[in-house]
Amino acid sequence: MTAALSVRAATKSFGGLVAVNEVSFDVRQGELLGLIGPNGSGKTTMLNLISGALKPTRGEIALSGERISDLPAHRIAQKGVARTFQLVRVLPSLDAEGNVMAGAVFGHMRSWGAEAHKLARALLGRVGLAGKGHMPVDAMTYIDQKRVELARALAGNPRVLLLDEWLAGLNPTELKLGIALIDDLRREGRTIIMVEHVMDAIRSLCDRCVVMNSGRKIADGDVETVLGDPEVVAAYLGDADA
Amino acid sequence: MNILITGILLSGTYALIALGLTLQYGVARIMNLGNGETLVAACFVAFWLYTGFAINPLVGLLLIAPGAFLINLVIYLVALQPLVKRAKNRGQLEVDSILATFGLLFLLQGLMIVAFGGEYRSYTFLAERFDILGNSYGLNRIVAFVAAAAIAGALWFFLYRTRQGTAMRAVAVDPNSANLVAIDVARTAAIAFALGGALTACGGALISTFYTFNASMGVIFTMKALIIVIMGGVGDIRGAILAALILGISETLVASLIDPGLTLAATYALFILVLLFRPQGIFGRAPT
Amino acid sequence: MTPFTNDELKWLGAGAILFAVAALLPLVDQGFYLSLSVNIMLYAALCTAWALFSGPTHYVSLATAAFYGLGTYTVGLGIDAMPYPLLLAIAALIGAALAGLVGAATLRISGVYFVIFTFGLAELVRQLVTWTQTKFATAIGLYVFTDLFEQHIYWMLVALTAAVFLTAFLINRSRLGFAMQIIGNDETVARHVGIDTARSKIVLFMISGAFIAVAGAIMAPRYSYIEPPSAFNPMISFLVVIMALLGGTKRLWGPLVGVIPFTILMDQVSARFPNHTMIVIGLAFLAIVYLIPNGVTGLLEQARARWKARAARMGQEKAA
Repeated sequence: MTAALSVRAATKSFGGLVAVNEVSFDVRQGELLGLIGPNGSGKTTMLNLISGALKPTRGEIALSGERISDLPAHRIAQKGVARTFQLVRVLPSLDAEGNVMAGAVFGHMRSWGAEAHKLARALLGRVGLAGKGHMPVDAMTYIDQKRVELARALAGNPRVLLLDEWLAGLNPTELKLGIALIDDLRREGRTIIMVEHVMDAIRSLCDRCVVMNSGRKIADGDVETVLGDPEVVAAYLGDADA
Repeated sequence: MNILITGILLSGTYALIALGLTLQYGVARIMNLGNGETLVAACFVAFWLYTGFAINPLVGLLLIAPGAFLINLVIYLVALQPLVKRAKNRGQLEVDSILATFGLLFLLQGLMIVAFGGEYRSYTFLAERFDILGNSYGLNRIVAFVAAAAIAGALWFFLYRTRQGTAMRAVAVDPNSANLVAIDVARTAAIAFALGGALTACGGALISTFYTFNASMGVIFTMKALIIVIMGGVGDIRGAILAALILGISETLVASLIDPGLTLAATYALFILVLLFRPQGIFGRAPT
Repeated sequence: MTPFTNDELKWLGAGAILFAVAALLPLVDQGFYLSLSVNIMLYAALCTAWALFSGPTHYVSLATAAFYGLGTYTVGLGIDAMPYPLLLAIAALIGAALAGLVGAATLRISGVYFVIFTFGLAELVRQLVTWTQTKFATAIGLYVFTDLFEQHIYWMLVALTAAVFLTAFLINRSRLGFAMQIIGNDETVARHVGIDTARSKIVLFMISGAFIAVAGAIMAPRYSYIEPPSAFNPMISFLVVIMALLGGTKRLWGPLVGVIPFTILMDQVSARFPNHTMIVIGLAFLAIVYLIPNGVTGLLEQARARWKARAARMGQEKAA
């Protein structure tokens, strides 16, 4: 069976700096993959390569066996890759419903008019924002803005969902809600790649982890094994301890 | 050969104007569409100094450059810095500065039309012949080219060999990081804008020695300077000079081989080529 | 297409009535006011068409004079050979084609290149037209003789302005309009929800360019003698930018608020102080940037929001 998403020797260099170096991994259908590593290890760059925000210098990325790494970002989105952003990006001049509709109208599964409105309302309810559809998004709390962004990413019914530190910056109560929400998506059978620093979330949610350090993949496997790997421990604590 | 040399001579003054603009846009982040009006104003001042007081335009530069520096400094501090401060992002500053400098363009042009009228002017300065490789050229053009080259050389020295100049290049690359290494970004930007104005004014004073000018020709020079800046890569000195050479030569080629009325078409043809093949400029690295 | 809501139907009805009233003007006056109204109607069409593209993208287009001039020239060249309505259609196609070329060259890269490119576009097209004419024709000017009078031109302009409004209205409620709204908010998000941002912008610029070219074609009979410097007058581009921004581009009728007073002002200034038009234009630009960055409609909306907030406070106090 072909993987939902496969990354083959993806490399991205900025001038002399190699941010992502020959990284390969697969994500199976319905799997929740954690992409972890210390700051600056190239995780967000990796997500940017998958979503098409950046073009890989070398290597290939394929969605269900179909090469997407030379498509522009909007084509990749239409093929079924949706994402959230590290620093939440909502559309300030639209209300919450409009924000979610943005994901429904142009993405992988398309709808328009009354149907799109209905979908947006349903998704807002799904992420816990029922009844807040006409609230201006810049009047919303941080977690609510993140919820809007998640609903927008879900609106196109994507084949692969990319979450870039979606849980970062939440307080303990919000974090619990957030983890429950992602867990819900996982049970639903979504394929998700999650860049995350919150260890609790990684342990309780991820089926598998890929660990990156200085642009390279240093480990790949089930969560406990990977987190116990000496090289991974060394990467997190610094080389002096290795 | 004749065409080549004429083109190169013309490009000297283009380079100065473009260097002025590239400093203003690259360092101060202001796309100054009123840049050409500084040039025309300098033409008029040089004209006035020469015909009224018999002051040699080259000597006049010593008055015009500091004058333009001061006036541009005031314009930046009064009119443009508030825009820099209020802008939430680069895009908004771009739109605001485009509209504000349009305002300055028309205001200055309007004032010059009221003051000097709309007709063409010129004066005779060093209109002797000078022979290079068997062809003769106007001595004024050659003197203007040499002066432009000297000024560009001085600018290069300033930017690459002095502290203040290095600070300017740092701001051009990344204002935020420059701020972190204790460069006063606001002050550097103001000086860069003023210096850009002074360079453009020098270009204007030099061009007035061999070119008929009028109050409303500024726009066309701004246009050419903008295209040179884009071709060379924003904030790139070497690029601007090389692009000015290319533009000067291709314009002269088109003017003498096809039709003098098509110089702008030549400029645009170059512009389109750059947009299609090297939008980051001749020496620019691909944006990441 | 989604059905119209009651609110939308009300707006459509009100618009239809206003345009019908405007069309009655030549029955009242055929002199000064008609000629002034031709200018107002012309700029109403131009500014609304301009704002169609430049409003949501925030790209200051200075290509208006190029499209306008091409429209005028299409009529000048073809009037002896083809029926006038056909020429209007051809002008629209030429305008859209030029906009498509300019858009394809610049809109894929960044807004600045677009502004710079359009900055000299009218002059470029003027040079090319002049050169072609001197090379292949005998005279530079063209005569346009038709049996169209001032009131006919006025009626065509009213119809064109109505068409621009209707198109803009329909676009705003279409996917393209929604896409432009998202692009105006955040282009990165737009790309990542699947919007082909470059294509959307190019399509919108083509629609805008086509309308502007038709405006030029409609005006051609009024000039009766067309030559490049007047047809490609760069001042048209700048006036359109000023009027549209003065009114504000966030609302469909925003540009109109700028067009009417500024057309009258420019008419007075150019009649009484012809040497000072540049200064007035310069001051207008500066006023837009420093005093009313969101246009008059922006000011009105701020005032309305403040009034609403106060009313809400009063209501709360009463309830308490």
